[in-house]
Amino acid sequence: MEETTVNHELLQQLSTRFGERITSVTEPYGLLTFETGKDSVIDVLGYLKNDLGFSFLTDITAVHYPEKQHGLAVVYHLHNMVKRLRIRLKVFLSEDKAVIPSATVLWNGANWMERETYDFFGIRFEGHPDLRRILNMDELGVFPMLKQYPLEDPNRVDKKDEYFGR
Amino acid sequence: MNINQNHPLLTDNDPQEELVTLNLGPTHPATHGVFQNVLQLDGERIVSGVSTIGYIHRAFEKIAEHRPFYQITPLTDRLNYCSSPINNMGWHMTVEKLLNIKLPKRVDYLRVIVMELSRIADHIICNTIIGQDTGATTTFLYLFQFREHIYEIFEEVCGARLTTNIGRIGGFERDFNAIAFAKIRKFLKEFPDALREFEKLLNRNRIFIDRTAGVARVSAEQALDYSWTGPLLRATGVDYDVRVSEPYSSYEEFDFEVPVGTSGDIYDRFLVRNEEMWQSVRLITQALDKIEKEPKGIFHADVPEFYLPAKEEVYNNMEALIYHFKIVMGEIDAPRAEVYHAVEGGNGELGFYLINDGGRTPYRLHFRRPSFINYQMFAPMSKGMLLSDAIINMSSMNIIAGELDA
Repeated sequence: MEETTVNHELLQQLSTRFGERITSVTEPYGLLTFETGKDSVIDVLGYLKNDLGFSFLTDITAVHYPEKQHGLAVVYHLHNMVKRLRIRLKVFLSEDKAVIPSATVLWNGANWMERETYDFFGIRFEGHPDLRRILNMDELGVFPMLKQYPLEDPNRVDKKDEYFGR
Repeated sequence: MNINQNHPLLTDNDPQEELVTLNLGPTHPATHGVFQNVLQLDGERIVSGVSTIGYIHRAFEKIAEHRPFYQITPLTDRLNYCSSPINNMGWHMTVEKLLNIKLPKRVDYLRVIVMELSRIADHIICNTIIGQDTGATTTFLYLFQFREHIYEIFEEVCGARLTTNIGRIGGFERDFNAIAFAKIRKFLKEFPDALREFEKLLNRNRIFIDRTAGVARVSAEQALDYSWTGPLLRATGVDYDVRVSEPYSSYEEFDFEVPVGTSGDIYDRFLVRNEEMWQSVRLITQALDKIEKEPKGIFHADVPEFYLPAKEEVYNNMEALIYHFKIVMGEIDAPRAEVYHAVEGGNGELGFYLINDGGRTPYRLHFRRPSFINYQMFAPMSKGMLLSDAIINMSSMNIIAGELDA
């Protein structure tokens, strides 16, 4: 497949540059996905942006895997509009030390995406100009998208419906 | 004697002695949605602004983790509620991509019709409201009637108007009936005249151009830096359109143009949206022609594991009953995988990032909402702008509160 060869070339360029710092490479549905550490994330993003043409930041979000040792994954989607390619980059953080450098040094658009991720997952973006909650109220006290928080008050019995998953 | 002794005349350029804080919103008629901006005003000029959003946050991403795939469609309705069908289709296509479902061509074309109709509805809202906010109520009343006609078509297709829940994973819940096709053809006949009239009223209108041209200019670099997509990005001159860059639903077979602007100001955004309506009309016409050539009566893919069977089948046919039960109870295995799928929504790239762990509900679902990402530039770019310009700037960004807050 054509897409696979393009991804393969990309991966080679990335590994020559970063070597061991690029791990867990997969390609679900043709979208090149890899992991890196939080110390090298800005280097990798900067290299992707300035040298490989992935100059468009599509999205930043996070995923919580409570059973893993490093249970919080920050997920970046980048886009090369000229070559019509997308790439996905993940950084796994441990829950008790969820700190990662902010991508606002590369894109101004990262500002609200990181605020949203902080708001829902409690991940602190170092160097972010204005890291406040964005959709939830300031007094919330918890980070609601973490898996330990149920959707509804667990003490309510009138809405229990195990068969339908709620 | 100086008559202005107590009230000295100040010009626009004289600094005021103190700044005024203005709470624009949360429920202000000019913001067309529930969100707040705290502005510092020096006279009529904005010195600084802070956007506060989240007033209608409904935790869709959390709810989605507790709902099977087909129950998430009604949630997507309520993102950009001005063009719900695009959101619905985007979600169906994400799941179909995950499940590797290939749709019959006729279904793709039906989807194109529905999506382009809702794009027109979305752009009608945005462009007529720019007219309204610059003081031209007539244009609003002229064109808004056609939004009603589009909703009548949706009503014929799925029974609902605004929050449509249109289509199912694998196709549509029912075929378009003859009345729906007749209404679409009637719309295609009448809409161009109205749109032409609308353009005549505004495109070369001196007052309108004075209010919009050169206001809130955005360069392509700035727009890309702030991750803008959709008509806003195209108005700055970048020809990025998901329909062309990553064609879905057979868009690659259609003949259409991607209009771009040059300066990224409000006037360019208005023109880009107008031209996109013309292109949508072209797309719908082509889709109708293509449907003529396809075998009649096909409105969903042959995927009994994922597509709910018809009710009379369920009562009379063993297999259908089993599938019905399995689908409703979520007993169907879906691949453990992650998928990102984007569609061109009314406001830009609407993305769905879905992680499935093989359970009955998504492990994680994230919506890339164009309004949310586009809107973050509003406060920085309002600096130094007149308050009245900031208002039409907001209208031209077409910020939909549902999509902003999710």
